[in-house]
Amino acid sequence: MTTYQEFIQQNEDRDGVRFSWNLWPSSRLEATRLVVPVSCLFTPLKERPDLPPVQYEPVLCSRANCKAVLNPLCQVDFRAKVWACNFCFQRNPFPPSYAGISEVNQPAELMPQFSTIEYIVQRGPQTPLIFLYVVDTCLEEEDLQALKGSLQMSLSLLPPNALVGLITFGRMVQVHELSCEGIAKSYVFRGTKDLTSKQIQVGRREATRHPSLFLQPIHRVDMNLTDLLGELQRDPWPVPQGKRPLRSTGVALSVAVGLLEGTFPNTGARVMLFVGGPPTQGPGMVVGDELKIPIRSWHDIQKDNARHLKKATKFYEALGNRSAANGHSIDIYACALDQTGLLEMKCLSNLTGGHIVMGDSFNTSLFTQTFQGVFSKDHNGDFRMAFGGVLEIKTSRELKVCGAIGPCVSLNSKGPYVSENEMGIGGTNQWKMCSLTPSSTLGIYLEVVNQHNAPIPQGGRGAIQFVTQYQHSNTQKRIRVTTITRNWADAQSQIQHIESSFDQEAAAVLMARLGVFRAESEEGPDVLRWLDRQLIRLCQKFGQYNKEDPTSFRLSESLSLYPQFMFHLRRSPFLQVFNNSPDESSYYRHHFTRQDLTQSLIMIQPILYSYSFHGPPEPVLLDSSSILPDRILLMDTFFQLVIYNGETIAQWQKAGYQEMPEYQNFKQLLKAPQDDANDILETRFPMPRYINTEHGGSQARFLLSKVNPSQTHNNLYAWGQESGAPILTDDVSLQVFMDHLKKLAVSSSA
Amino acid sequence: MNVNQHTPMAPPYGQPQPSYGQPGYGQPTYAPLDSGYPAPYAPHNGPASAYHPGIPPQAPPPSSQPPTSHYSAQPQPSYSQSHPPASSAPSQLPPSSAPAGSQQYYPSSAPPSQQPISSLPPTSQQRFVSPGQPQHTFPPSSTSYAGPAPPPTQPASTPVTQTQPPFHPHQPPFSSAPGGQPPAFTTGPPPPAQGSFPPQAPPPSSQPGSFPPPSSVSSGQYPSSMPPPQQPPQSQPPTYHPGPPPPQAQMPPTSIGQSNHQPPGPQGPPSPTGPLQQPPLQQGMQTGAFGQPRSPQPGYGGPYQGQPNYGAPAPTPQAQKRLDPDAIPSPQASDMPPVQKSRHRIDPDAIPSPIQVIEDDKAKTTEPFTTGVRGQAPPLVTTNFQVKDQGNASPRFVRCTAYNMPCTADMAKQSQVPLAAVIKPLAILPPDETPPYLVDHGEGGPIRCNRCKAYMCPYMQFIEGGRRFQCSFCSCVTEVPPHYFQHLDHTGRRVDCYDRPELSLGSYEFLATVDYCKNNKIPQPPAYIFLIDVSYNAVKSGLVSIICQELKSLLDHLPRENPEMDSVIRVGFVTYNKVLHFYNVKSSLAQPQMLVVSDVSDMFVPLLDGFLVNVNDSRQVIESLLDQIPEMFADTRETETVFGPVIQAGLEALKAADCAGKLFVFHTSLPIAEAPGKLKNREDKKLIGTDKEKSLFQPQAGFYNNLAKECVTQGCCVDLFLFPNQYVDVATLGVVPVSTGGSVYKYTYFQAESDQERFLNDLRRDVQKPVGFDAVMRVRTSTGIRATDFFGSFFMNNTTDVELAGLDCDKAITVEFKHDDKLSEETGALMQCAVLYTSCSGQRRLRIHNMAVNCCSQLADLYRNCETDTIINFLSKYAFRGVLNNPTKAVRDTLVNQCAQILACYRKNCASPSSAGQLILPECMKLLPVYLNCVLKSDVLLPGADVSLDDRAYLRQLISCMDVAETHVFFYPRLLPLVKLESGALPVAVRDSEERLSKGGVYLLETGLHLFLWVGASVQQELLLNIFGTPSFGQIDSSMTSLPVLENPISQRLREIIDSFRAQRSRYMKLILVKQEDRAELMFKHFLVEDKSASGGASYVDFLCHMHKEIRQLLS
Repeated sequence: MTTYQEFIQQNEDRDGVRFSWNLWPSSRLEATRLVVPVSCLFTPLKERPDLPPVQYEPVLCSRANCKAVLNPLCQVDFRAKVWACNFCFQRNPFPPSYAGISEVNQPAELMPQFSTIEYIVQRGPQTPLIFLYVVDTCLEEEDLQALKGSLQMSLSLLPPNALVGLITFGRMVQVHELSCEGIAKSYVFRGTKDLTSKQIQVGRREATRHPSLFLQPIHRVDMNLTDLLGELQRDPWPVPQGKRPLRSTGVALSVAVGLLEGTFPNTGARVMLFVGGPPTQGPGMVVGDELKIPIRSWHDIQKDNARHLKKATKFYEALGNRSAANGHSIDIYACALDQTGLLEMKCLSNLTGGHIVMGDSFNTSLFTQTFQGVFSKDHNGDFRMAFGGVLEIKTSRELKVCGAIGPCVSLNSKGPYVSENEMGIGGTNQWKMCSLTPSSTLGIYLEVVNQHNAPIPQGGRGAIQFVTQYQHSNTQKRIRVTTITRNWADAQSQIQHIESSFDQEAAAVLMARLGVFRAESEEGPDVLRWLDRQLIRLCQKFGQYNKEDPTSFRLSESLSLYPQFMFHLRRSPFLQVFNNSPDESSYYRHHFTRQDLTQSLIMIQPILYSYSFHGPPEPVLLDSSSILPDRILLMDTFFQLVIYNGETIAQWQKAGYQEMPEYQNFKQLLKAPQDDANDILETRFPMPRYINTEHGGSQARFLLSKVNPSQTHNNLYAWGQESGAPILTDDVSLQVFMDHLKKLAVSSSA
Repeated sequence: MNVNQHTPMAPPYGQPQPSYGQPGYGQPTYAPLDSGYPAPYAPHNGPASAYHPGIPPQAPPPSSQPPTSHYSAQPQPSYSQSHPPASSAPSQLPPSSAPAGSQQYYPSSAPPSQQPISSLPPTSQQRFVSPGQPQHTFPPSSTSYAGPAPPPTQPASTPVTQTQPPFHPHQPPFSSAPGGQPPAFTTGPPPPAQGSFPPQAPPPSSQPGSFPPPSSVSSGQYPSSMPPPQQPPQSQPPTYHPGPPPPQAQMPPTSIGQSNHQPPGPQGPPSPTGPLQQPPLQQGMQTGAFGQPRSPQPGYGGPYQGQPNYGAPAPTPQAQKRLDPDAIPSPQASDMPPVQKSRHRIDPDAIPSPIQVIEDDKAKTTEPFTTGVRGQAPPLVTTNFQVKDQGNASPRFVRCTAYNMPCTADMAKQSQVPLAAVIKPLAILPPDETPPYLVDHGEGGPIRCNRCKAYMCPYMQFIEGGRRFQCSFCSCVTEVPPHYFQHLDHTGRRVDCYDRPELSLGSYEFLATVDYCKNNKIPQPPAYIFLIDVSYNAVKSGLVSIICQELKSLLDHLPRENPEMDSVIRVGFVTYNKVLHFYNVKSSLAQPQMLVVSDVSDMFVPLLDGFLVNVNDSRQVIESLLDQIPEMFADTRETETVFGPVIQAGLEALKAADCAGKLFVFHTSLPIAEAPGKLKNREDKKLIGTDKEKSLFQPQAGFYNNLAKECVTQGCCVDLFLFPNQYVDVATLGVVPVSTGGSVYKYTYFQAESDQERFLNDLRRDVQKPVGFDAVMRVRTSTGIRATDFFGSFFMNNTTDVELAGLDCDKAITVEFKHDDKLSEETGALMQCAVLYTSCSGQRRLRIHNMAVNCCSQLADLYRNCETDTIINFLSKYAFRGVLNNPTKAVRDTLVNQCAQILACYRKNCASPSSAGQLILPECMKLLPVYLNCVLKSDVLLPGADVSLDDRAYLRQLISCMDVAETHVFFYPRLLPLVKLESGALPVAVRDSEERLSKGGVYLLETGLHLFLWVGASVQQELLLNIFGTPSFGQIDSSMTSLPVLENPISQRLREIIDSFRAQRSRYMKLILVKQEDRAELMFKHFLVEDKSASGGASYVDFLCHMHKEIRQLLS
């Protein structure tokens, strides 16, 4: 028997699934007592280079409301050529094509190692991918040039048959016609007027009559479009002093969505929005054009002072939903020093599975490389993106689905699998993900509905089937089916087993997602309190302690890291808005709710490596005590990569030792973290902000704000010590946090 | 008018006459007349009948009244007068003295009295016959008459004979006396003529009696023939004689004579031919023409009949004597014979002839016209003359209806003569006259009166040694700024008076300072935006390619101040159908970019930079664009268009660029696409003639009115080129152009081959012509009068400021003045028209025109110094605006009424006493009836069945900004016989009547809008060869729009003439070839305004009769 660690890892590698509990409590009552719900992180399109798709259609259960897919868990009667559905127990005959089936001649989907299998189905016409660029022209000249370069570059990355379109906007919105020769033609809409009604109709009629007008196969218009992009000018309307440029982002998006809606509904399409500032006019306006009125801050929002917030949010939500309904995703690439209204616009991407990228300027590698990353290809040379995904979850009858958290929208499919208890986006067992990548990960929350008085027989197993239909980037329609099973365990007699089946990493991320999901709609302190309470209850449930004796408190190995995750989560930008703009918060949360477990953990608790002459690079505690003068630290927070040279190292570097031949080793030491950082930079999407700083440098704040403030100006004993660096903060340290936690956990009143 | 031609008619009529005679006439005279009409002339009579319903019917004639009316028809009167005298000859002669003033047409009234039928006729005839011709006519006529008319006329005959003798003598005089007399008036002169004629000069002397010399001369009074006829003669003589008589007399006579003779026999049937031939003759000299030649004209015959009566009254002679001045006729008395004929109709040659007046004026004008003399009327617009600015604005800039204004409101009201000025502020002067100087008064801006803000001008009085000046408009005293101070000389004038245009000239310009600019900002250079309809119709007709092709070269000729420099005007391009396409033609682009705006409900401009560009900078891109536009839309299927948003788009573009400018809109169809300003088809001919007719002239909805207002605020002038294939509602589409100082051009059923030239020439001229933008015009007047009403293409927000988004060199504004106090004869009346505008180079300027006229306390002075052409300009604009709010019939009635009052007032107050039956016209206004008739007959006021609503609305709008020269030729087209082309000088025009056309001739007719070349059916082969290069009438291609280029003097000269005509007009005239008896002739005949028109308009003669009747009613 392998350890749970290995089991979990194996399951993740094979199925892309991480459960909070790998043994399931057998009754509803017990399940609720476990505090952390039975739930999982599911990565629908986890890259499986070793899994070749099969070229036929899946076999479905014939029961109308089941339609589960034949899987290794099904009982098969090879002689009768029938199989029993493991969800509804319906007996189904095999289709004629399975006539030759036998014990030794089994189809792939019946083999245990194919708990995840992918089918390629021939259904409907294959439509090419669509990329619609929506470009803000109210940019600084440099930015615009850089952006133009990036866009032109991206054309070369698109498959030749992909359809492309271009919308530019500033004070006006221009939809460029790509087909015409000679003269560049575009349709112009005024940026202040929502065109949901007639005008779009006109455009739409125009577009349906000549679908080729605005969206053209790239191979046909490559040159044209390259020229067009090359001639793109900054928005020519004068911007008076003291004003922001008028930017009609809302209308531009509305037009884009309307255009695709009218011409290519339910086809894989990406609307890629490039903005260099906040929308300042028309529907979706986030801030007025008066510079003297700054864009809303968290402070304004809390004071209910953000004039345009609600209206704009509502507008973008409606737009996002429309787009989602048509299966088109919207990316937002926002590069500006100030906020650009991501808070209001985030739902566009969140609902449609689009990317959000935030940077300071289009003229940075952060943007260019991230943008390139969008078009990265897998080992088959296909884009790492898929469209029009629909995830359906089927469960054993003891389980029901509460909801999902991730880049998806509900399809409102009510059915026997749907719980009344909603967590995340609930009330359905089907979700739509207009666009997804191999790393897109949903948090799925389940509920054990088995009643306490109807115990499940020993050795009973529960099963869950994830059916993901999507359009592959090579335009094939595919269905990926993952069927997993876990044992039921009686929580009273087997609590130890259940405890040891706890996946604290997955649990931390799943709980964090719940927290973030709540934070979107609730006050920050409430969410923190809720998280704290969950943590305390968990500790009470599983900790070993004597009542009212904090010092006796112990947690088993499988839970030992969980409180620490929670500690860092509380300090994270996902739940703390202090020091972050609303846009940044939205950006961080956006990525947090879609990345896989590893990345999510990094986000919660950044990784810190130390490089020194004392030994090989090693991970060190994310603690102020790790900050030492003779070390180089590399911190990865997912969004930032910080290389921090300790005081001594920095002095050496200033003295130029690395240039001296006799100090080659120092040069290598300096280089080591940079190499590692580069490795991360190359693979990470979106590309993190790369920060190279040193002791006392202003950018060191990125590191100092993340580490556990074990030494601050407040705890005297830290002063003057050689190890670590004091952090000037009033935040509690992990130590204090743990002390409180223990106290509360052992308290009978809590 | 009339007259006797009928004699000839007699034969044909003969029959009828008898009948009449019997019935009606017992009173023979009348009867015959009537009879005349019916038969051959019937057609013509038509109109006549209209006027005098009673008349035609022979029956009426009998009644005393009818006769009057007929006679009143006066036609003859004038002549008759002269002639009548003839009858009375002896007596008349004396009267002849009555030179001047009023020529009397006829003594219509008399007739009744003249029971002696026989006698009557003669008189009338005489009159007509009067001039030389008579003789010829008579003889033949007499004979002829004898035949036909015999029964009734006989009596007349006797007189005739009598008359004849006199005639002969007369004739000589006439001939000799080249004097213009010939015309109707001749009558007048005749009397004296015989004696006096030769010496026409005498007239003056005679005049003295009645009118001041000049006036007398000018005013030809047509004594009504009637008994009074004789009287009239007196007055008439002088005037008429002057010009024409001599040559004419001869010419016509002969021909006439012949014609007359012949007519009798043949004419009857071939009435048409007869007239035609005659015309030529007549053309030569109406004077001579009077009686005889005309005779041919069937139509007239009728009316004149009355005249005969006049002749009868021997008594008249006596009267005439009294009238001496005017009474010319006496000599003609001899005409007796013709008289008989005359009964039938009034001799067209006997009534005032526009051609005669025009020619007289030309002959009279030999010196440059100097503007220094207050109260002096300038030469007519038809005369070529040079102007010397001596302190009053040149008549090219300002023309007044009256150069002697009545001192009091009562006088003005009594006379009913409109007091108005037609101002053409930016008129182009001929090369030999200096354009207005530009004066810069420095930073302080132009020096102005402190109170009324009048600008410095020659009328300002400097006082206190030059330290102050007194405003002659409001009498306020203003300090002279130190930098402007100058000492005065001993006469009280500044010593630098002649160095400064503003102190010595009538017209000049000031450089405006920033205070005169909108928002106190120096204006940006203006912009021209071309908005081209690219819907199916426009593309299919080839219009789009034509425009694009033309623009390529046209853009190099945008207006500029300095011919050496490039124009600073920027250009932009838009095409549209149901949506609008803007073009980015920024110079840095390799290719133009098209920006489509489909949201027409709330128009906006999609781009700023690159839309309006400098032509030279963006030449490549623009050319590329213009090449591509026709291709891009070659396959369009879009038929619907918008219009409101198109103008909005241009307006928004100008707003965005913060400049004034002009939009050139090329549009083809009724804008029915869903958009603001959408129109519905409301063409409903059933409304014509009803009280709702006015609604057809009113714009649909208020959208365009509001839009126009916005345009004016921005200085956005709109020129509209229409190419409709059906109803497009010009009344509505034209609102914006008309309110913004723009123009509407209309090319119905545009076809590339035949209309291209006209369109392109119009476009070229329209784009290139000098123009000012964002203009405000204000007319200041001296105390006592006030500018109360304005007519033209502009917008007014208040009652004083005329706002013009654009003002080009062809636009005229008519301003009406009213009294608000007494004027004094010493100071006269002053007016100053100041136009503040932005020049095409973006400079803000003020153009000032000063005008001073005399004030008079005698009505006679008023009548002696007025200008009929200008009055007609005013009356037509007034009437054409009136149809917006009143039933058309009411407007017509008002016009007739006012005209009658004007003439009646003259008759009552200024003319020497005479019989009420005499029609006496002031010399200066003797053409008022004929011109007014033309106005009344215009398509706007009296549409024919084939005149579309659009055409009426179009003409209505067009007239509103015409200057005097344009209205003149528009209402009274110029008809040139193409004879003696080799000589170099233009042939003398002939009157607009079919009977003036000779079958063997070729004629050119121009109206300012149309140009016809009429070819007679039996024209000489040689002429055909010379002009068309073909020997046969049948081979002439009537669809040709330009003449073949042939290397012979006639062809060359003709083409030169055509070119020069075109050059004179603001719009290019397409040449339309009309072959006699071709279908197209109907259209051509429409412009023969002296004839009865197909739409029911009266002939000149009939109208004159009618007018006389009206006057008589007013007098009684």
